[in-house]
Amino acid sequence: MAALGAGLAAGAQAPAAGAPYSLLSREGRRPVSTRVAGGQEMFALDELARLFNLTVEEDALAGGLTVSTPSQTIVLTPGQPLASVGGRLISLPASPVREGGTWLVPVDFVARALAPSLGTPLELRKPSRLILLGDIRVPRVAAAIDPPGGRLARLRLDVAPATPHTVTRENARLLIRFEADALDATLPASSVPDLIAGVRPGEGAAVIVVELGPRFGTFRTSEQPGDRGGTRIVIDVLAETTDAPPETPGEPAPADPTPPPLLDLVPAGAVRTVVIDAGHGGEEPGARGPNGTAEKDVTLSVARRLKASLEARLGVRVILTRDADQTVELDERAAVANNNKADLFISLHANSSVRPAASGAEVFYLSLAEYGDQADRVARGDSEALPVFGGGTRDIEVILWEMAQARYIEESATLAEAVEAALRGRVPMSPRALQQAPFRVLVGANMPAVLVELGFISNPEQERQLTSEAFQTALVQALVESVVRFRDARSARPTGGTTARPGGPGAPR
Amino acid sequence: MRRQTPAVLAIAAALVLVAAMFAVVAVNRRSPAPEPPGGTPGASSNPSAPAAPERRITATLYYISEDGLSLVGAQRELPFGEGVLDQARHILDAQLGPAPAPLASAIPDGTRLRGLYVTEQGEAFVDLSGEARTNHAGGALDELFTVYAIVDALTVNLPAITRVQILVDGKEVDTLAGHVDLRHPLRKSLQWVAEAKEES
Repeated sequence: MAALGAGLAAGAQAPAAGAPYSLLSREGRRPVSTRVAGGQEMFALDELARLFNLTVEEDALAGGLTVSTPSQTIVLTPGQPLASVGGRLISLPASPVREGGTWLVPVDFVARALAPSLGTPLELRKPSRLILLGDIRVPRVAAAIDPPGGRLARLRLDVAPATPHTVTRENARLLIRFEADALDATLPASSVPDLIAGVRPGEGAAVIVVELGPRFGTFRTSEQPGDRGGTRIVIDVLAETTDAPPETPGEPAPADPTPPPLLDLVPAGAVRTVVIDAGHGGEEPGARGPNGTAEKDVTLSVARRLKASLEARLGVRVILTRDADQTVELDERAAVANNNKADLFISLHANSSVRPAASGAEVFYLSLAEYGDQADRVARGDSEALPVFGGGTRDIEVILWEMAQARYIEESATLAEAVEAALRGRVPMSPRALQQAPFRVLVGANMPAVLVELGFISNPEQERQLTSEAFQTALVQALVESVVRFRDARSARPTGGTTARPGGPGAPR
Repeated sequence: MRRQTPAVLAIAAALVLVAAMFAVVAVNRRSPAPEPPGGTPGASSNPSAPAAPERRITATLYYISEDGLSLVGAQRELPFGEGVLDQARHILDAQLGPAPAPLASAIPDGTRLRGLYVTEQGEAFVDLSGEARTNHAGGALDELFTVYAIVDALTVNLPAITRVQILVDGKEVDTLAGHVDLRHPLRKSLQWVAEAKEES
């Protein structure tokens, strides 16, 4: 068990593609090497066979590969991005390829084909490059330090699933011990030097250390339920009050000096979670090309590739609003993003016109003009004074969730510009490639959001392009680049607030 | 604001129903003879026309441009209507009809006007038949064109109408084809209309 400690992955920086994964199990921690082939991260099949006790047989006659677990058989076919697991077809982001004397399979093979057939719990966590085998507890911990306010510094730890823990002080350190086998942790690189000098992995499998700064006086912790069975631990580190006027002697933890923000403000520049929305699906095929290609299939294919690429290259968490041919309501799509506190929402579509010649990609963000006063109120962030328990009133921001996007129009414009700039030069663009429209799927998104029309599926040439691997790869590269551009543009701003304007004179950095 | 919406919509829906009934009555009165087969109401000549010279107005209707990337306005002669509601119906009848060559209609095939209601606040509720959704080919741009051909045809030609909400089969809908938000009345927007060509 002691060997599990290194499950901690500090910092949000993703290791470069090609770095090894770590297999965590009761036996300890073992590296699993990866290679990049055809732009995809791959595992060597014979290494997986050793680690998971698989039998691999090559059928020279049929050209297939048979991978047997104790309970099931997986059949792979070279040249096809598919696996048959116990007779059920599962898509893979790439085909198995032979390199040297070994067969390589895409990393997702572990999650999509091996996990359902192994008979033992198996989980692939791409952002933290972990493979969890067996019944082990490895909660995700995302820690962040709020911008300092006066004599208080606040460390937030979002833990999923909720895990019993203790917070104790040892000299100039706080130790957060979790009842877990290891931690899958993202720790902040920033600090508040005089209060929180740093946050780092501790000794032991599941310990995080908070180094306290010279002004440390006292600390207090609280816990709130978080999303999806998680929990949020808040640790407030307060400065000494020796030289301050003794306004509140003893300070019995009065009303919180900075009440927790009602909206989760992401630190400047951070893009941790991206939600990708594959337009249409299920009973709703969207537009159709002259040769029968359905928009819903193109959007899903690009969404899956984009997810793989964002995870591998930027190390961000990516959630798809659908990962199959299924009907998803428009409200539900924005809700997926809101419930996961996504930092970006990208909706993918293919356009259609009664004119077969119409061609080119277009990028949209929400226009508010159509929505009238309601949107103006949301955009201004009007607050209402509501009576509070015990008398008096408190200004509460009343958010109309159905208009949540109104607060992010400026940032959505920045994102849309980044997407348009990245697409241009890689794929054909419409003469009016950057526009605003009252699109239903964007209105409820509580984060910067864009809708990308990848091309006109009604144009025979574009229909062919939209289904081709090369064109989809070009689209994905452009979209990954636009997320990077957006992140950089956003972190160049003084704060993460939605109304902050870039480059104000003398803006603190 | 938010609380009022359902009530307003309920009233609007009820009024649309009433308006739809009146529309049926009106059509029956106007055309006692069976309608010409395949004829579109806007394009077909008014049965009463031969009796007296008909008063007509010139209105701008909206169609898809030759390159498919914008709407363009086209001047059309339409029957004169007594009052805003009647005139709005003439405009919609024509807008839902065929496009003048070489332009293309932005309205899905077979879409009919089921009902029309205009509030005192200048909000028009345009109730379209189900074909507006079922025959829509999809595509965000064409969906924008369908919606704004209707919104702009009413708001540009009838200053008394400031906002337009599209209903389908008498009900409020999210969208026609998955993109444009139709849960609220929409204001005029000439964003999708290309600059008028030089008239010589």
